[in-house]
Amino acid sequence: MKLKILNFLATIVVAFIFSFFLPWWSVMLAAFITAILFSLRNAAVFLVPFLAVTAFWMAYSFLLASGNDYILAKKIAVLFPFGGSTFLLILITGIIGGLAAGVAGIFGKQCLLILNK
Amino acid sequence: MKYLKFILSLLLTASVFYGLDKKFGSAPPIGKFLNPYNGIWQNETDENISGTISISGLKDQVTVHYDEQLIPHIFALNDNDLYNAQGYITAKHRLWQMEFQTYAAAGRLSEIIGEAALNFDRQQRRRGMGFGAEQALKKIKEDAETMALLKAYAEGVNSYISQLQPKDLPVEYKLLDYEPEPWTVKKTALLLMYMTKDLSGGDSDLEYTNALRMLGKERFDLLYPDFYEDIDPIIPKGTDWSFIDVPITEIPPGELPLDSIPKNLDKPNPDNGSNNWAISAQKSYSGNPILANDPHLGLNLPSIWFVMQLSTPNHNTFGATLPGALGIISGFNNYISWGETNATRDVLDWYKIEFKDETGNEYKYGDTWKTVSYRIEEIRIKGKPAYVDSVRYTHHGPVTFDKNFMGNNKLSGYAMKWSGHIGGNNQRTFLELNKGKNYDDYVNALKHYTAPAQNFVFASAQGDIAIWIQGKFPNKWKGQGKFLMDGSNPKHDWQSFIPQPYNAHIKNPERGFVSSANQHPVDESYPFYVFNDGYETYRNRVINNFFNSRDTFNIQDFKDLHNNNYNLKAAELLPYIFESIATAGLTEEELSIFNQIKKWEFNNNIDELGPSIWSSWWKHLNDLVWDEFDIENIALDRPFTYQTIHLLKTEGDNEFMDIVDTPEIETAEDLFLISFKKAAKSLIKWKTENGDYNWNAYKSTYVGHLLQGLPAFSRFNLPIGGGGNIVNATKKNHGPSWRMIVEMSSPPTALGIYPGGQSGNPGSKYYDNFIDDWAAGNYHSLNFMQSAIKTEAVMATQTLIPN
Repeated sequence: MKLKILNFLATIVVAFIFSFFLPWWSVMLAAFITAILFSLRNAAVFLVPFLAVTAFWMAYSFLLASGNDYILAKKIAVLFPFGGSTFLLILITGIIGGLAAGVAGIFGKQCLLILNK
Repeated sequence: MKYLKFILSLLLTASVFYGLDKKFGSAPPIGKFLNPYNGIWQNETDENISGTISISGLKDQVTVHYDEQLIPHIFALNDNDLYNAQGYITAKHRLWQMEFQTYAAAGRLSEIIGEAALNFDRQQRRRGMGFGAEQALKKIKEDAETMALLKAYAEGVNSYISQLQPKDLPVEYKLLDYEPEPWTVKKTALLLMYMTKDLSGGDSDLEYTNALRMLGKERFDLLYPDFYEDIDPIIPKGTDWSFIDVPITEIPPGELPLDSIPKNLDKPNPDNGSNNWAISAQKSYSGNPILANDPHLGLNLPSIWFVMQLSTPNHNTFGATLPGALGIISGFNNYISWGETNATRDVLDWYKIEFKDETGNEYKYGDTWKTVSYRIEEIRIKGKPAYVDSVRYTHHGPVTFDKNFMGNNKLSGYAMKWSGHIGGNNQRTFLELNKGKNYDDYVNALKHYTAPAQNFVFASAQGDIAIWIQGKFPNKWKGQGKFLMDGSNPKHDWQSFIPQPYNAHIKNPERGFVSSANQHPVDESYPFYVFNDGYETYRNRVINNFFNSRDTFNIQDFKDLHNNNYNLKAAELLPYIFESIATAGLTEEELSIFNQIKKWEFNNNIDELGPSIWSSWWKHLNDLVWDEFDIENIALDRPFTYQTIHLLKTEGDNEFMDIVDTPEIETAEDLFLISFKKAAKSLIKWKTENGDYNWNAYKSTYVGHLLQGLPAFSRFNLPIGGGGNIVNATKKNHGPSWRMIVEMSSPPTALGIYPGGQSGNPGSKYYDNFIDDWAAGNYHSLNFMQSAIKTEAVMATQTLIPN
């Protein structure tokens, strides 16, 4: 359990640091690194970085949008077929980041297994 | 097993990365687009309008005050800095739009939208848009002063572009996944071509050629007269033209080629037009001349206009700018005010080209063969190989239609002759108007102006009012260019131009006002050839009747006139119909609709039913009268509304009234009843689907985003009355794109509003914040600052410094 929490927190911290100078895919890099540093097992390999980045991106986009009365988010939630739901837009944003991080976590784990043969 | 898992996870990771980073179809690259670091969440903000920024190319410090409407008031110490700052500030709020419009002008939309735009791009290329911009550029290069300012503007735009981080890119770039390219002087020339096409890029020559061939001259002239029986031109009837000593070109011998032409180019919206007027000191409640302008264009977001104050120690100007062009286009300074309406004139003609052989390298001209030149148009397409189109150019202009484009004859084509290709220093006119102090300055500024021809209204603090119809107009023989001409006959070429001082104009007329609303510029007594090329016939009369009705007028009267919803067109036909229609055959439901429109007093107000019934009725009536014109593969334009109504009232049993598909012979009276029943049926259907057909709901005005009207970035169902041919010319997606009223007090006091907002960012509260007031007929007072000293009205200040 401790390892999971560590991985979760580390993924967020590393992703946050990367966000200052790298584009969106830096969440993949972050999850890859933490997968090697704090190696997990089974479904957690995917789920922990997935949840970490989902939470991070949701919080980040919520912060930006709520400061501006969701003016743009409301419009983008019409552009995508979300019926104008800004919550759904924030959720999808989080899941996209989470998905990218999750698969990178799996890849990190597989790299580790290969190296530790 | 271990290796398989490794490879599978690698593939999975790579494909998730690829899937989220790349654009598929019309969907944006989803990871790039939605991530909070540099995706759209970073656009959830207003522009930063305070602090100090260093910019290249500035000589001195520039102060930019923003008022609460986000209107920038730019105070520079010299012209170079002023236009550099105009470029920078415009880009800051409208970068995507200003670039997109130049892509559209150049026929480059396929680069950003993909193959869907290819047909549009090809038309733009075949129309010679890039060629026209290059011709203009050649002309501008002769004028070092204007060129230097255009470069300063470009430098300002580029200062903004070069400091953009990926997260700062406007939303539309993120949506379409591309980046801005550097701004150039040519892009300004392209933007001006964009306006030239919008306002003078339409013609009916090919349609008229078909009609003349089919109808013969007598019947053609009945349907398409050069002048209507009764007109109210811009320059009042009875004006003395005896000062003109240049004769009209003589009609040459020779035949016109009466070809059968399947299709013309797509035309700009025929409703692109405008109102402007000015009243003299005597006619003004205050003794100060008052001027008004409202250009009618497509209603788009971001708006075509961006309002600014541009000030140096030598001049101080306020008004509407066109993002991409320098200076104020419709506005005022401390001495003069000006505004434009479109001066529709036939400045686009077609010539039939006869090639020597199938190579199309040579064409007949007089007794010899001339060689064409080729312009290679490479249209790059997003995600596809480029499309290359070689366009032949003759001395007339581009051979738009040939075997490679909308034609199949290897030995002939149609070449376009257009004033948009002549090249002119139109930018200079606006730079000079911005600095103008009196009538002479205004007249001198106009001399540079070639296209699109405009009716420039003018009022000065000295008390002068005037209107000039300015453009470069060919001196045509009577009938020249109304139809396809013979490109091999040198006498069919444009022989000369009307000398600029002989362009129609009037200064301080006795009636105490000048006005224009896209109607006939002059009556038949003007010595040069002018014919009805789609002139407006209703708004102008409502405006002129208004100003003839009383001795003095105030600002409220001006507002009322902008918002005047009187439907003169309906008022000229409906009473006649009511007298002659046989209502006995109507059902109860139809009769109730008939009684609704009978009660109507011809105002297109939002809560009325009459305008909706009239709109549907007129459409069906017009369709029935001109059913003869629905012929496949032959380009035809229906006769204009004014003449149609005239014929309905005076030639009710003319054979055109007959419905071709029925065995009976119909007359106008029959058509009134048949079209009413059709209208009633469609209104009843509309009602069951949409509810009450009051004018607000039935018209349902909207302001659409420039990118194919993306609903998410557009505004719908705006409660505003008016309509086509009405002074308040607001149609469904077209209408007054800027409304301005200026009283030439000292300093001038002005009102202005437009259906949009100063910011181009859909994430800003300033994106569409003027729209509700605009729809309600309200105005914002324009804060014409007399110095750079900060006042209470200043919301924020940004300082631009040289680097």
